[in-house]
Amino acid sequence: MSSKSDKIVVALAGQPNSGKSTIFNMLTGARQHVANYPGVTVEKKTGSFRQDGARIELVDLPGTHSLTSYTLEERIARDFLLNDKPAAVVDVVDASNLERNLYLTFQLAEMDVPLIINLNMMDVAEKRGHKIDTQKLSQELAAPVVPTVGNKGKGKKQLREAILSTSKKGQAAPFRIDYGDDLEPILDSLEKRLSEETEISSRYPVRWLAVKLMENDEEAQRLVMKYSQKSGVILKSAEEKREAFTLEHKNSPQKVIAITRHQEAQRIVEASVTRKKEITSTLTDRIDQVACNRFSGPLVLVATIYLIYEIAIVQGYRITEYTWPVLAWSRDLIASLLPSEGFIFDPFFRSMPIWVVDGTIAVLNYVPIFLILFALIAILEDTGYMARMAFILDRIFRHFGLHGQSVLPMVIGGLYVGGCAIPGVLACRGMKDEKARIATIMIVPLMNCLAKIPFYVLLIGMFFAAYKGIAMFFIATITIIIALSIAKILNLTVLRKKESAPFVMEMPPYHLPTIQGVLRRCLERTWLFVKKIITIVILVSVIVYVLIYFPGISKEKKTHYISQSDQTQQTFFKKTGKDNPYTGLMTGDNLMEFTRYWRDYKKAKMGAKGKKAKEAIDQEFREKNFQFFKIVKRGKYEVKGEMIKDKHAKKVYDAYKKLSKTTNKLRREIKEETIITSYMGRAGRFIEPLTRWAGFNWRVNIALMSSFAAKESSVATLGGIYQSPPGEKDTLEERIKEKEKGWTPLHVLAIMLFMAMYPPCIPTLLMVRLETGSTKWMLFATFYPMVLGIIIAVLVFTGGNLLGLSGMQAMIAFYILALIFLVLMGLIKREPESS
Amino acid sequence: MTLDEVKRDQECEIVDITSEGIMGQRLLDMGFIPGTRIKVIRNAPLVDPVEFLLKGYHISLRHSEAKKVEVNLL
Repeated sequence: MSSKSDKIVVALAGQPNSGKSTIFNMLTGARQHVANYPGVTVEKKTGSFRQDGARIELVDLPGTHSLTSYTLEERIARDFLLNDKPAAVVDVVDASNLERNLYLTFQLAEMDVPLIINLNMMDVAEKRGHKIDTQKLSQELAAPVVPTVGNKGKGKKQLREAILSTSKKGQAAPFRIDYGDDLEPILDSLEKRLSEETEISSRYPVRWLAVKLMENDEEAQRLVMKYSQKSGVILKSAEEKREAFTLEHKNSPQKVIAITRHQEAQRIVEASVTRKKEITSTLTDRIDQVACNRFSGPLVLVATIYLIYEIAIVQGYRITEYTWPVLAWSRDLIASLLPSEGFIFDPFFRSMPIWVVDGTIAVLNYVPIFLILFALIAILEDTGYMARMAFILDRIFRHFGLHGQSVLPMVIGGLYVGGCAIPGVLACRGMKDEKARIATIMIVPLMNCLAKIPFYVLLIGMFFAAYKGIAMFFIATITIIIALSIAKILNLTVLRKKESAPFVMEMPPYHLPTIQGVLRRCLERTWLFVKKIITIVILVSVIVYVLIYFPGISKEKKTHYISQSDQTQQTFFKKTGKDNPYTGLMTGDNLMEFTRYWRDYKKAKMGAKGKKAKEAIDQEFREKNFQFFKIVKRGKYEVKGEMIKDKHAKKVYDAYKKLSKTTNKLRREIKEETIITSYMGRAGRFIEPLTRWAGFNWRVNIALMSSFAAKESSVATLGGIYQSPPGEKDTLEERIKEKEKGWTPLHVLAIMLFMAMYPPCIPTLLMVRLETGSTKWMLFATFYPMVLGIIIAVLVFTGGNLLGLSGMQAMIAFYILALIFLVLMGLIKREPESS
Repeated sequence: MTLDEVKRDQECEIVDITSEGIMGQRLLDMGFIPGTRIKVIRNAPLVDPVEFLLKGYHISLRHSEAKKVEVNLL
């Protein structure tokens, strides 16, 4: 059923920490494909290889301890085996932990799929003094047993051969567990009854179904209901048998089945493994004596978190300084291909594509940080330290409906200052507890990402200059306080009905990750992300562009600006004078050409650092157009080693400077008016009566709304809105202060708090959609922060005003209030745990 | 007594699991079955959760979960 003509589908199963992904990589090499299992967010990896002419497609199942229907991963693994009917399944077994791993092996065997046992990590087992008789084991399990050392590539050939031969031959007499004299007769009669239902018996292994019904497995019951008309009778009889058994033996069949499996595993291990020495203290034990110790544990943890922050965020950001020029260069390249700019109006097909490119490279700029973060996450996962982090921190986070594992996503998202929500949301992937996972995904965007920082720095510098340190500390920590409270509120409300998994967590032995494995994973994740976001970012930035630039200024206004521009040009020519030899160079289209030359020259000079670079630019522009060059150099230039002072060129320079200033002023006015009259501008004005309670005027509204596409643009948009005519050199701070004379620190506090709660940027929302697998959650993640932000801003601004508080007083008061709220939320009892 | 009452470095034997459903199944799957020896390795820095050693591997449980495991001290 599985193989069409040449393709043989084989599944790869195994418990967590059995080295399954290493084996997957070893078998398939570079030919891999990552997708999600249909309808869920669990990663589905497939890869293929050729063996003796046959093409084998390997599907990596989620790592699970068991195959019940309680967890998503287990259901996925099980459903794949049942519905896709692979030709064989490779069970990756940790040879040093054989007994526990066999527990899964038995369940795989029960599903009637030809089995290949892969004894992985043989080197570890040997080091621990375990000698495994593979022949005996193979005999016991009625399946081929192939030993490997995955991270060293040992046993690859043998494993590939075994896969091919087993998937071709199948298994003659699969291993079958004997559940004992009490249970077997019941299973037997159930099996017989199920065999009569052809719909069922043709689809599913009846023995497996009988065992599952005795285990009271809900999914199995659903299968019976779906494919049998007499499901009522069958399920009722199964239930009666289950109850009778429990009454008679004082133990549920579920328990007896699990116990029997463990006992069988023990028996097989005793028969096939000889232990030479007793393990006393492993390296893992010794590391954990420090890493999980009451005193040094938290220190190691803080140091690790700090290191992640330092390497990825601080150093990663430094790398972007080197990668940015490349992006800027490609932007300029694209810009040069577009229709050229106008004197005061730029054509649509120039400004729109540039806007889109800017939005895209703003996100691409963070790729170095993503790469480092994804690599660090992979290292933390592979080494086993992730479990220790959860172990140490669980107590704190549990009070807020989170999990010990929530801390890493929060750190990456910007727990202190600077992070990125995109990898933060992705880092939630490993969390087993669905409830805590969703809660974490929802609060990660509340952390302070890198793009929010310039906004804070700008406003704090202006209005809290005397208390810079305190204000920065406030904004950095208040977000954590609010986020934790929100997590608890979500836990008690919208997440109430979500599945909450038991904590029960394995602490795997420490493990040195392979460079190849880490690289592969970090590149894979980065690529997957880049591929997904680019299209969305482009789409959204087009929409935002339209909202900000349309419908555009009125016709009358346009003619008004054009006539003003014409006037200034006339003034320019009057000033240069008719007899000036350079005037002829500037007439007609040449003026526009000179304008472009001028703008390019200024821009190049601004970007150049050091004397040498500046000289190089001079040389370049001199070669480009020597006449123009004379003007931009104010008439001072060199000819054959001699400095020349050209009065005429100087005159043109002075006149053009004035022209340029007025033109820039016009351009700014046009831009401002375009934004004000745009759809977004109208919306900003429309909601002003409401946002006034939070201290936001329409200008702030526009800035906040437009930064939705990417927060990087918040400062840039402010720059676009706040411009006062005189003096190009005014800083943004000065311009804001000039326009917003009425602003107090209280206004600014409200704005900053709103920004802290601001909805995630588009790429993050996309990640939320990807990781929750639900558009509803994505929409929730968009709107709840807005509501929350406006509530907090109103509370601070209107409350502060009513009480007559200063900005600092309001800050402290709000901080204390938030802390009290947090403690109260922490004290609310969680709902009783399922028993 | 229950597993959450066992002190550090003490060893005991599991008698029964008093939890049904997902929690009970998870404990059974992880090898918490009657007759198995289990040892308390350490508490987390904030006391809860607790790390145990059973059958050669390490596993951590919250106190509320360990309460569902009945044991006899060895």
